[in-house]
Amino acid sequence: MAVIKVGIADSNIAKAPDSICTLGLGSCVGVTLFDDARKIVGMVHVMLPSTELARSSTYKKAKFADSGVPELVDMLVQAGASRMRLKAKMAGGARMFSFEDSAKGIGQRNTEACKDILRKLGIPIVAEDTGGSHGRTIEAFPDTGVLEVRTVSKPVIRI
Amino acid sequence: MQDLIRDMSDFHLDVLREVSNIGAGNAATALSRLLGKPVDMRVNRVLPMPFNDVTEYVGGAENLVSTVFSRIEGDIAGNMLFVMGAADGGALVRDVTGESGESEELSEMAQSVLQEVGNILSGSYLTALSDFTGFDLRTSVPSLCVDMAGAILSFGLMETGKSSDFAILIDAEILPGGEKGNGIAQGTTGHIFLLPDPEAFSRIFFALGVHRHGSY
Repeated sequence: MAVIKVGIADSNIAKAPDSICTLGLGSCVGVTLFDDARKIVGMVHVMLPSTELARSSTYKKAKFADSGVPELVDMLVQAGASRMRLKAKMAGGARMFSFEDSAKGIGQRNTEACKDILRKLGIPIVAEDTGGSHGRTIEAFPDTGVLEVRTVSKPVIRI
Repeated sequence: MQDLIRDMSDFHLDVLREVSNIGAGNAATALSRLLGKPVDMRVNRVLPMPFNDVTEYVGGAENLVSTVFSRIEGDIAGNMLFVMGAADGGALVRDVTGESGESEELSEMAQSVLQEVGNILSGSYLTALSDFTGFDLRTSVPSLCVDMAGAILSFGLMETGKSSDFAILIDAEILPGGEKGNGIAQGTTGHIFLLPDPEAFSRIFFALGVHRHGSY
């Protein structure tokens, strides 16, 4: 039983009995896509809402919501998941600092962009723990379909 | 493809190390005046790192840290972060206020003390930087956050993330406990990270007259 780690602006998949996690989500959003029948899950750690923000011609797809989520779907299908069965659980998108600046509300924008692209892909969001002003570590378990959310000061929640 | 951050030359990294030396040196002097005792300063690594190494560098994505964040505006833009481990932040506050106690939770007053220390440090760092470069620089009102390092640092990396998968963390360590210890617990340490937006690098090198070297 291994725990697969996903870094910032990265994605990966896990099959039961393994689990998959990403640490310290702040304004970033962790999107997980489950195929419960195949017991397989994919996770992407999205940093920015849209590839329109990219200032370089090459970039990691997982960095942006609108490129990272479709890429994750392709990875899952290639690994044997059914596109029709996929359902999403997501967490993150916090507002870590209270000041006003150009990056204002980036957490919320990330959350909205992830929801947008999931809607376009026809993938239902069955659970979420987004917003607030605290960091989150998430771990997804493909054998039970549970997404565990851990924070510094609150009890663990399972969605 | 060339990435101006990942592929920065050793020469330019040395220039950034000097920026850190001058800025953090002034910040350490300001903190020493506040505490009424010597404060040591150490310029650390200045090199391009993948984002995930940045969070490893501050003790791992889940490491609990206190961070005072200010946004730099003016002739160049960027982020400045004063990062301390949660316990070290508490020790520094006790040294400033003269209060005792070992509590892990920061009281409201402790938080405003820490925020003010961060404000003084980033202000004096920027003053030195602006004297050195001739830039007109301001900072936003600093904001304190105590949480997982990954959650905080990734916010600071966002502007850089639009252009690159690498960041140059211009890091200096401030040691209010002193290398030998002089009052406040020995080894108490904090980091001042300067994270210029990608466009700022060429302006810094231009202002310092070193833009003709290599790719800048």
